[in-house]
Formats: sequence, C-alpha cells, structure tokens
Amino acid sequence: MTPPNRPEAGNLLAVTGLRVTLGAGTVLRGVDLAIRPGEAVGLVGESGSGKSMTAKAIGRLLPRGARSAGTIAFDGSDVYALDARGLRGYRGQVAMVFQDPRAHVNPVRKVGDFMTEALRANAGVTKADAYAQAADMLGQVGLDSKLLRQYPHELSGGMLQRVMIAAALLTRPRLLLADEPTTALDVTTQAEVMAILAELRRDFGLALLFITHDLELAAAVCDRTAVMYAGQIVEVRDSALLHTDPLHPYTAALGAARPDIDRSQARLRAIPGRPLSGFEAPESACAFAPRCAHAAPGCETELPMLTDLDGGQSRCLRAAELRGTLGVTAGA
Amino acid sequence: MPDVLEVEKLRKEYGDLVAVDDVSFTVGEGQSLAVVGESGSGKTTIAKMIIGLERPTSGRISACGNDRSIPARAAGKRRLRGREVQIVFQDPYTSLDPRHSAEAAIDEVLRIHHGWTAERRKERVAQLAGLVGLDGRQRSVPPKSLSGGQRQRVAIARALAAEPKLLILDESVAALDVSIQAQVLNLLADIRDATGISYLLISHDLAVVRQLTEQVIVMRKGSVVERGPTAAVLDHPQHPYTQLLRESVPRPGWQPQRRISALPVGDRGAAPVPV
Amino acid sequence: MTTLTGVRARSFIRTQGRLGKAGTASAVVLGLAVLAAFFGPWLAPYDPNSGDLQLAWVGPAAGHLLGFDFQGRDVLSRLLAGAQSSMLGPLVVVAAAMAGGAAFALIAAWRRGAVDAFISSGMDVLFAFPGILLAVLATTVFGAGMTAAVAALSVAYLPYVARVLRAGALRERNQPYIQALEVQGASVPRICLAHILPNMSRMVVAQATVLFGYAMVDLAAISFLGLGVQPPAANWGVMISENQPGIVQGYPLPALSAALCVVAVVIAVNVLGERLLEREDAR
Repeated sequence: MTPPNRPEAGNLLAVTGLRVTLGAGTVLRGVDLAIRPGEAVGLVGESGSGKSMTAKAIGRLLPRGARSAGTIAFDGSDVYALDARGLRGYRGQVAMVFQDPRAHVNPVRKVGDFMTEALRANAGVTKADAYAQAADMLGQVGLDSKLLRQYPHELSGGMLQRVMIAAALLTRPRLLLADEPTTALDVTTQAEVMAILAELRRDFGLALLFITHDLELAAAVCDRTAVMYAGQIVEVRDSALLHTDPLHPYTAALGAARPDIDRSQARLRAIPGRPLSGFEAPESACAFAPRCAHAAPGCETELPMLTDLDGGQSRCLRAAELRGTLGVTAGA
Repeated sequence: MPDVLEVEKLRKEYGDLVAVDDVSFTVGEGQSLAVVGESGSGKTTIAKMIIGLERPTSGRISACGNDRSIPARAAGKRRLRGREVQIVFQDPYTSLDPRHSAEAAIDEVLRIHHGWTAERRKERVAQLAGLVGLDGRQRSVPPKSLSGGQRQRVAIARALAAEPKLLILDESVAALDVSIQAQVLNLLADIRDATGISYLLISHDLAVVRQLTEQVIVMRKGSVVERGPTAAVLDHPQHPYTQLLRESVPRPGWQPQRRISALPVGDRGAAPVPV
Repeated sequence: MTTLTGVRARSFIRTQGRLGKAGTASAVVLGLAVLAAFFGPWLAPYDPNSGDLQLAWVGPAAGHLLGFDFQGRDVLSRLLAGAQSSMLGPLVVVAAAMAGGAAFALIAAWRRGAVDAFISSGMDVLFAFPGILLAVLATTVFGAGMTAAVAALSVAYLPYVARVLRAGALRERNQPYIQALEVQGASVPRICLAHILPNMSRMVVAQATVLFGYAMVDLAAISFLGLGVQPPAANWGVMISENQPGIVQGYPLPALSAALCVVAVVIAVNVLGERLLEREDAR
C-alpha cells in the first residue's frame, strides 16, 4: 500500500505548498512532497522543472534573493524556523550530495580535512576519532583510507563522488538529498555508486530524495517517484507502476520519448515544443496542455490540482478518464 | 563507391599514455556507425583525429578516398576536407559564436565554400534553417536567446551547409533534455533519409546508439573490444565489458551490483582497492 | 515622421540613461577635449605662441580667463592649442600598442607550442625596458620630439597588451565554435579577426582605456623631462614643466590648469570605458 503523499505524523520530511520566487518570476509553484523514514523517493524532471530548486529549498540552500512560502517540516519541526544551533543539528540529519563533486570541495585541502570538518566543528569530535570514522566510512564505499591524505584532483570523478557520499554519511544523517549525483559519471560507475547507495541505505536506514532527469534510473532505484513539470509536481507514483500505469500524460510522454535500448523505432514519439519553466507557466491553465496529446478544451482554462488517484497522485484534469490508457503497454 | 570513411590502425599517444591503440573501422555511404565507450575509452580522441583537430601518432585516415592522416594547416586544404567530414559538438553553449545569429553562422560557412551571390546564399540559409526546424525568430537572434536544443539545430545546420558526406556527432544529444533529444534524433533520421549522409556517432548512451545506428564498435581504454551490427552487439554482447555496459543501464527491476565490495572492517586502511 | 534632430535628441537621452551621470559627464568632458583637439588653434582667443613678458604670471583678467604663463602668453589659448598634441600622442600610442599587442597575442594563441613560447619570451625581454628609458633611447635615434616619445611608449606598452590579450585569445581559441570554423576551412585571419578578437572586445576596451590614461600621463612626463614635445610648442605636459617654477612662487594657475586637463581627460576615458563595459555586460 503506497503511503499517501501528504504531511502527517510519521513523515520524516513533509513539504507543503512550497512556492519559491526568484526575482520577478516564480520557480516553484506549489510543491507537496512527503518522505517516510528509510524511504527512497525519486524526483524527476527536465530543465526548468524546479527539481534542483526543491532540493535546495529543503537543504536551506536557496540562492540570495529567493523568497519561499509554504512549510518544510523535518521530523515535525519547521526547517525555516530553526535557529543557528537548530540549523547545525538539521544539517547533521539532512546531508546533500551534488552533481559535480569538484565544485563543492576545496581543491587546496586534503580529502581527510574536508571529510572530518563537519564532525570536528559541529559534533566536537577529536581529530583522531574523526579521521578514524572517515577511514571507516571510506572503507564502506570501497575506498582505501590513504585517500584521506590525497587532494581532490588526484581522484577520478567516480572516486570523488564516492568520497562525497561517505562524507555525507559521517554525521549519520536520516535523509540524503542527492541532486543528480551520477549524471556526470560513466554509466558503469553510476551503477557502482547506485549499488553502494542502496547498500548504505539498508545498513543505515537512510531515507533518500534522488533528483535526476533520468526517469528509468529513478524508477529503478526509488520506491516512489515524483515527476515535476514547470515548477510543480504533476505525478507521484509507485516506481513499479510508473511505466506500465502512469497517471499523467507528461510522465507517459517522457517515457515514450526515450529511445529503447532493445529496439530501434522508425520514429521516436517526441513531445512537440520545449519544456516550460516555472517562470513561463500560466497561473490558471495546465502548464503541459499545449504539448499534451490528450488535452481537452478545459485544460487551457483551469489549473489542475494534485489529487489522489489509486495510490498515487496526478495533476491532470482528465486523470481519472485516462486511467489505464497512458501506459507503455497500452497503445505501444 | 569508396567508403565514406576509412580508419586503419589508428594510434594516439600522449607521452606515456596510449589514448587510442590500433583502431580500425570503415563507414560506408549512407551508413551510420557508433563508437561506444566511457571516459578514457579514446572515442573523442578518434573523432578529433578524423576531423583534423588532433594529429595521430600513427595510422591512416581517409575520407571519400582522400587521405587525411595528417591534419591540414592551410585554409584551402581544410576547406576541401570540410566538404567531406563535418562535426557537431556536445556542448550547445560553446559550439556557436555568441555574437552571430544562426543565419550569420550558416551564411559564413556558405561564403567559405561557395562563390555564390548574396541572393543565392540567402535562399540556401533559409532552406537549411527550415530543414532543421528553426523558425524565423530563431534564425535571427543571437545564441543566448536560444535553448540548448535550438542551438544544436543551428550547429547541425551549420555543419550541413558544407554538404559533408559524413557527419560526426560527438555526444551531440547528450546534453539535451529527454523530450528535446527525441526531436533531434528524429531530425537526424530525417536528414539522413533526405540526403543519404553518413553518421559517426560518438556516444556512451546505448539507447541512442540503438536508435540511430546499424553498426557499432565498443571501446575500452583505447582499444576496440567488440564490433558488429548494433542490434546483435546490444542484444547478445560477447565481450565482458560490453556485457557490463549493457548491465549498467537502468531498467525496471534493475538491481545494480557492487563490483567493488566494502572493505572488511580489519582491512580499512590496508591494501589499495581497484577502481 | 520624426525629424533628424528629434531622433538625435532621443538617442542622446537614451544614451544618457544607459551611461549614468558619471558616464555622461565623462562623455561631455571627452567631447570637449576632442573638440579642442580638432579646432583648438582656431578656437584660441589669442595667439598661443606670442606673449608679452611684462604680463608674465599675471592672474585672470578681462578676456584672459586663466591668466598668463611664465612668458606672458594666454594660458587658455595655449591649453586649447595644446589639446591636439596632448590627445593625439596617447591615441597613437594606444592604437599602435593595441594593434601590435593584439597581433602578437593572436599569433601566439593560434599557433601555440614553440611559436607561443618564442613570442612570450620576446615579450618578456621587452618588459625589461622601462618606458622612460626607451624614450631616452628613441630621442638619440630620432631626435627629441613627439615621434620619438610616441614610438618609445608604443614599444614599452606592447608587451603588457600582448600578455593580457594572449590569455583571452587562448581561451577563445580553444572553444568549440572556433574549432568548428577551423574544420569548415575558414582562413586563420578570418577566424582571428572576425571571431576571436570580437569575442575579446571586453578585454580590448578595458585595456585600451587604461592604456590611454597611462599614455597621457607618461607622455606628459616625457615632455616634462624635455624629451618629448619641445617648447615653445603648446602641449599640456610641456606647460606643466615650463610653468612649474610658478607653483612655488605663488602663481600655480598655469601649471595646475594644464595638469587638471590631463587628469580630467584620463578620468573621463576610464569612466567611459567602464560604462561601456557595463553596457556590454548588460546586453
């Protein structure tokens, strides 16, 4: 039984009505998302969908000038109402891993310095102890502890990303926000990193918000997947059902547009037009309607809300009507 | 009919590092060949050697029957070679001059290759822009007003303006959103149907390779480990590395396996671990 | 149908908006200086070269806004007449140094390897010669005067320009869009001049404006030392030099007004350069 995507007691992270504006435009137009302890949730979207901004909002890393509305509650308490000490504690519980590890690490400090920094500064752990923990965690991700004495540029992209994951886990967080962590990696390295993440999640009971543009990857790796378009979540679904029984035309179109490794098609089912960003989306119509194969006249005049449907959620006015007709197997 | 591209025993060394080792393949007229590999496989180096941006250490390259094993320096020679093989790069954001619109960029290429009147060039620019699906506005604005997919279309139109027999696509769709990638892949197929052009696709994405090409060579650390028809190689990979690549593609029910297990507790801090 | 003047007025107002107050003020100052450079000798109310020794050092009087210099010549007239050589000199230096520096930078960036190393070493050698020293050398060859001073400074500034522009040229040269042009068969001059250089325009404008300021001050200094423009020719640097005794004697106006002209133009050029760059950024 799929847990409902609604804030309620027991949710580790509950995002309600999150709106983020940057300058004159709205980047996130109302995001609702819940993650239970130990659960892996995928967040999938193309450019401009707002998936990265959502992660930043949760991690309290919004850029300057961004204003947010709505609530983000971690373990019941409002993340944006935390004081400095509460925030340090929060960062120990919610760790973040980014797409480009090199951009998030100081190139003139050794790997060991970087890994033990948070432990020593915030948790008051001694240097020796911190280094021992770091060595242990590196071992968990399959890296030798001699890396602690090396500089970031001496490591390959894959190794550095594994270091970042190890570093993120040192504070024993309960939630890991991973923003496209494997996009810049080779596909075999990606498989390795995903396997490590899966194992660590089991060992540490870690919840995961996995952000990616790759629908297949999210669906393969996460228990539930949320799909974003133009600053809103348009579908939340059990990953197993995402391909065979999607609830939103965009999800179906996205799956169909991807080339198939098992066969070549005369023509791919491309989606006409280009992805809309939150800035450009209309306030009182479905943002996807102009590109949608199932659009009805009503879709241009009414903003659809995210509604529950058969264990998942869909932001489509015709969701109930289209049930069962959107899947890959149907009409393929 | 000579093959559009012939590569024989190509080798590239950077000091001690062998980036490309004894690579040979051919691309026939109207054919599409994929070079698949991960980083460090040498696939981009091969593309650079074929297009003349890198000099092979040894080996032979010939396109349309003309030898091009050594990069040309003189403009005239480069021009002639430009009419045989062209390239579309991966990054749409740096492959166009930020100060030139699509029309200006395509027009410049036409001026380099032909002594046509302005009228005739204008016609051809419109034709090419239409072929890649750029509307009136998109043709005349500077690249920064265009999206990644639109810029790649400009890059394709510019490459086609030289009327090459072979187009090298160096991860040309890798940086595009999924929905846009599909559009551009369809476009490339249409262009191939309309002009009979050959493609050399450099890619790490096996699904794109399946969609666009009939032949594939798989590279690892500079050498070819497997080759054959795309469908056969992807459905029944023979070489362990190809099998590993195939296994690493996410799909429903995928269970990624760790190849490098966690070091046992006593050993953390001991022997080095293979990467 | 809008009239020509209407269009001109509107575009001036638009420009003012984009340049800001400091930018517009600088444009005005520079405009006046350029005007003086072109029409100075005719605009001058009195003969800049003839003076009445009995009027030496006399302060501002009727019809003589800035008074008289040490030889009894009208200061304002000399300033106006001197504008030409004072502005032209730096302009030629900047043009020559930028052209030469850009050429070396582009060649070094395009060819890379041994050619780049050779050019860079050559520039290093040139760096070793201070501008003033080169000016002295030049005067022994060409004789004292503007030509010598301008030639010397152009050579002295060239390596600075080359070094800065080489960095920008290298960055552009390695970009895929340049490689695409190479592959198309575009000629090297076309690629360098129509593509690499324009995409470095920020850098070029910044260098040129800064250089103008330095050239103006250096040329004034060279003239002050007696190596550049020779008296009795009107030139702001010369005026500072020849009227310098007046400062300690209590008659600072002639020297200071010439110095002020130099300072005003240098500031105006720098501010305008910055504003132009900001506009380029905003585009």
